[in-house]
Amino acid sequence: MKDFQIKKSDTEYDAIVIGSGAGGGMAAYVLAHAGQKVLMLEAGDHFDPRTDAQQLKWPWESPRRGASTTRPFGDFDASYGGWVLDGEPYTQKDNSEFAWFRSRMLGGRTNHWGRISLRMGPEDFKPKDGLTDSWPITYDDLKPFYDKVDRLIGVYGTVEGIENEPDGIFLPPPKPRLHELFIRKGAKKAGVTVIPGRGSVLTEALPGNKERGSCFFCGQCGRACKVYADFSASSCLVIPAVKTGNLTVITNAMVREVLTDKAGLATGVSYVNTRDLQEHQVRGKVVILGASACESARLLMNSKSAAHPDGIANSSGVVGKYLHDSTGASLSGFLPQLMDRKRYNEDGVGSVHIYSPWWLNNKNLDFPRGYHIEYGGGMHMPSYGFGGGMQGMNGLVPGRDGQMKEAGGYGASLKDDYRRFYGTGVGMAGRGTAIARESNYCEIDPKTVDKFGIPVLRFHYKWAPEEVKQAKHMQETFKEIMHGMGAVITSKLPGADTNYGLEAPGKIIHEVGTVRMGDDPKTSALNKYCQAHDCKNLFVVDAAPFVQQGDKNATWTILALSMRTAEYILAQKKKLNVG
Amino acid sequence: MNRRDSLKALGLTAISTTVLLEACKSGEDKVPAPGTDSTKQAGRQDFEVERDKRLHEEKFFNDHELATIGILADIIIPKDDKSGSATDAKVPDFIEFIVKDIPSYQTPMRGGLRWLDLQSLQRFEKSFADASPEQRLNIVDDIAYPNKLKPGMLQGAGFFNLMRDLTASGFFTSEMGVKDLGYAGNKPNRWEGVPADVLKQYGLEGAV
Repeated sequence: MKDFQIKKSDTEYDAIVIGSGAGGGMAAYVLAHAGQKVLMLEAGDHFDPRTDAQQLKWPWESPRRGASTTRPFGDFDASYGGWVLDGEPYTQKDNSEFAWFRSRMLGGRTNHWGRISLRMGPEDFKPKDGLTDSWPITYDDLKPFYDKVDRLIGVYGTVEGIENEPDGIFLPPPKPRLHELFIRKGAKKAGVTVIPGRGSVLTEALPGNKERGSCFFCGQCGRACKVYADFSASSCLVIPAVKTGNLTVITNAMVREVLTDKAGLATGVSYVNTRDLQEHQVRGKVVILGASACESARLLMNSKSAAHPDGIANSSGVVGKYLHDSTGASLSGFLPQLMDRKRYNEDGVGSVHIYSPWWLNNKNLDFPRGYHIEYGGGMHMPSYGFGGGMQGMNGLVPGRDGQMKEAGGYGASLKDDYRRFYGTGVGMAGRGTAIARESNYCEIDPKTVDKFGIPVLRFHYKWAPEEVKQAKHMQETFKEIMHGMGAVITSKLPGADTNYGLEAPGKIIHEVGTVRMGDDPKTSALNKYCQAHDCKNLFVVDAAPFVQQGDKNATWTILALSMRTAEYILAQKKKLNVG
Repeated sequence: MNRRDSLKALGLTAISTTVLLEACKSGEDKVPAPGTDSTKQAGRQDFEVERDKRLHEEKFFNDHELATIGILADIIIPKDDKSGSATDAKVPDFIEFIVKDIPSYQTPMRGGLRWLDLQSLQRFEKSFADASPEQRLNIVDDIAYPNKLKPGMLQGAGFFNLMRDLTASGFFTSEMGVKDLGYAGNKPNRWEGVPADVLKQYGLEGAV
């Protein structure tokens, strides 16, 4: 190992951004456009949707017909990564089952996400339930940034005036598909609100933007979009920021630790090139973490020095704690009235056409907070798994001759069943508020390192009765909606033995809260601008600063918070307070 | 950029032109089998390309097993007046690949085929492939209907459920199967909501 050495760069950047997803991408975008010289480090590969998206491919162009063998959401999905990465383990404590999804690519998890773009509401920032914690900021503090994100990136939706589901600046939403009209009917009978979806897809040209195309309705946002008609951090933030000439991006750069001086200020970071394993050190006046909630916490805890013996930004000991993912449970079935339906192209957009914002008052419920419902179904492009479990369906409804038939079978009549059932499926999934708890956390496993020698995370996460009761309520609601629209439920109705189908934490990929913000340095790691209490030139811009999530998907709030933080950094630089 | 411009951009980008051209090709036999090309592919990780190539080079089923799979697949999805059979759509090739791709299928498939041959030997003193079409159906009828099984047929029914699922997956994701189903998407268009005649059919005229 006599050649083993660390390459040190002489350049001092105005800022180093770690991670290229929603948070890192937005911070880099704002700073680069303001003339700051920015270095971005991304642990994964380069990815540009224009050239790399698997959009418009047919199932037979995949030898596995789109199966999810190497990509959790299928062979054509954009995401490089998953819950298990070769050589990058994580461990569990006390039989926890936290599942940690990591994307290793430019744009991070914004490449494959559902583009569901919801603002958190006033009560999400200042809860009235007496149980969950308040943020150090209000909705009104963040509203101007949500507005700017809407204008910069584009989101469709409708003005509804629901207090805790704030309206944005919307492009027109896509019209509902046939099954969605039935869902709306069924939901109405069940007393469940259904409104047009809110998604970051350009259903019309985005005013003032000439770089991005409009949606052409292939419904494949999850594969990433070659004309940049949906939001990916790569296409909408990082690539435009590179074009300013002020942003340098290094891919395959896995950051080891944040480097500090004697006074405890950040001076840069060290990273390893994941391809040739060369070690590097780079210098920056400001260090901005957008590596994802758990990866940023890991990085802070791994950055130990005399000034920061428990890891940087962690004198409170709070880093890693309050980890929480959305709750999730689902139910599926089919609509017999849609059998033998007419064929036409209903691909629509790749985000939700309709959804149900939380509609109930907790005073009458046995759990706090709430959930929203996302719906699925329709005449999708056939993919691996098509027609699976037909023996659980074709015995439930009469055949063409009006007679009930024996479940299963083979031959011409079975072949016809696949045609008859095509496009009849419906599904619904709840996404709800999990409670941020000090007892749910990630920490550095004292015994284990990854293939780069970096100590790995160990998770401790248990669902509590609040989340389980919420899942139970989801299942009861789903059942009612299904009955209300005349659907036949095909999934097994989960009971108490399986926590009512409540997914393991991490499975919904909305994990947040591990580097929480707050006014008190004893109980929080960051101030209300996501600036470390202990290190004024260190910022966190992913979902780690979240104090308590609402039932809303995290991305739009990450973007707004990151933009606010980046603008704060610029203001502080002007005042010469940082960097 | 408006929609027309974005379609233009799609057409003018080298890579997407290839994609669109590929999408317009009529016969899937004109292109090399997907995954056999080991050169760098846009949007695919190196390990995926290498893995696909390796899987294509391996062989799991022997000729007898593959022949039996073909016979079963065509019993499950035969040719009719709308489209060809499972083997016409190369379903056995798909099944050969998928059991290498998802190895947990290997034992249920190999063991299930063996179970089938043993049933056939006991009943007719020949393998399933060598049995007559009537004799084959004599066995299949005993394992194709999971809710009315005779004692001792549960393992066979489990195998047949798997075989039915893999055959459906393979057939309806082929070009022939997608055409048979009438899937009308995967092309640039403008979504304007449910067509009027469909709304009328379901009495939903006022619902949009």
